Amino acid sequence: MSSNPNPSVHIRRSPLGRAKGLGAAKTGSAHWWAERVSAVALIPLTLYVVFSVVALGHADAAGIAAYMALPWNAVLFIAFAVTLYHHIGLGLTVVIEDYVRPDAQRLALTFIVKAGVILLGLLSVVSILKLAL
Amino acid sequence: MKDVREALMVGRNSEGKLVRRPLSPHLQAYNMVRISSGTSIMHRITGVALSAGALFLTIWLAAAAAGDSVLSVVQAVYGSLIGLLVLAGFSWALWYHFLNGLRHLAWDAGKGFELPDMHRSGKLVIAGSVILAAVTVVAAYLVW
Repeated sequence: MSSNPNPSVHIRRSPLGRAKGLGAAKTGSAHWWAERVSAVALIPLTLYVVFSVVALGHADAAGIAAYMALPWNAVLFIAFAVTLYHHIGLGLTVVIEDYVRPDAQRLALTFIVKAGVILLGLLSVVSILKLAL
Repeated sequence: MKDVREALMVGRNSEGKLVRRPLSPHLQAYNMVRISSGTSIMHRITGVALSAGALFLTIWLAAAAAGDSVLSVVQAVYGSLIGLLVLAGFSWALWYHFLNGLRHLAWDAGKGFELPDMHRSGKLVIAGSVILAAVTVVAAYLVW
C-alpha cells in the first residue's frame, strides 16, 4: 500500500462506467438469484434422492422401475434432475468465468457446460420416464 | 496494460476508487488452511466434484432404463473397491456442499457473519459432513 498510494489502472472501461463506479452491467444478479433458488429447492429434493438411492442401490431394473412407477417418486426424481443440472450449469459457469482466462477457452468451456447439463438432464428425465411408464 | 494478469488486479475500495489488488477468489492470495478460505474453496471443489457425481447418478438411471444387462455392469463397476471408494467420496462431498450451502444461504440472509460465528459454523460443517457421510455409507452397507 505505502509503495503505491495512488495507483493508475490501464484497462478498457467506458467513461460512463468509470464515472458510475460500476463493473460490467450484465446479468449477474439474475444468475446469483437462480443459483440460490435452485439451492433452496435442492435441500428437500437431495434428502429425498439420497434416501431413495441408498434404498435402491442394489435393486435390479424391475425394482427401480417399480419404485419409479409410483407417480410421486418419478415426479420428485425428475424435479431433482432438472434442478440439479440447472444448479450445476450455474455453478460450473461461475467457476469457469473465475479461473479460465483466455476468452476463446472460456467461451468454449461455457458452451460445453451448457450443452452437457442440458443433454445429461434430458437423459436423466427420459430414463426416469422410461422406468416409470 | 503490460500483462494480461494485470486485468485480474483491478479492484475498487469501499469509496469506489480503483485500486490494484488481487480480486476474489484468487487462490494465490489466501491461506487455504484457514477455516474461512479453506471452507470456501472446498465448497467449489466439492461442487465441481459433485458434477461428476451427478453424471454417475444419470448413468445409473440410464442403465436401469436400458435393462438388467447394462445395469448389472454399472452395478459391478460402482460396487468394485475403487467404485465404492469413489461413491463414499461423493457422499462426503455431497454432505459437505449441502451443509456449507446452508451456511452460505444463512450468510445471504445476513446471519452468522461475525468471525467467531463463521469459525464455529465452519467447524460444524466439517464435522457434520464427516458424520453424515459415515451414516450414509453405513446405511448403504446395511441395505446391502
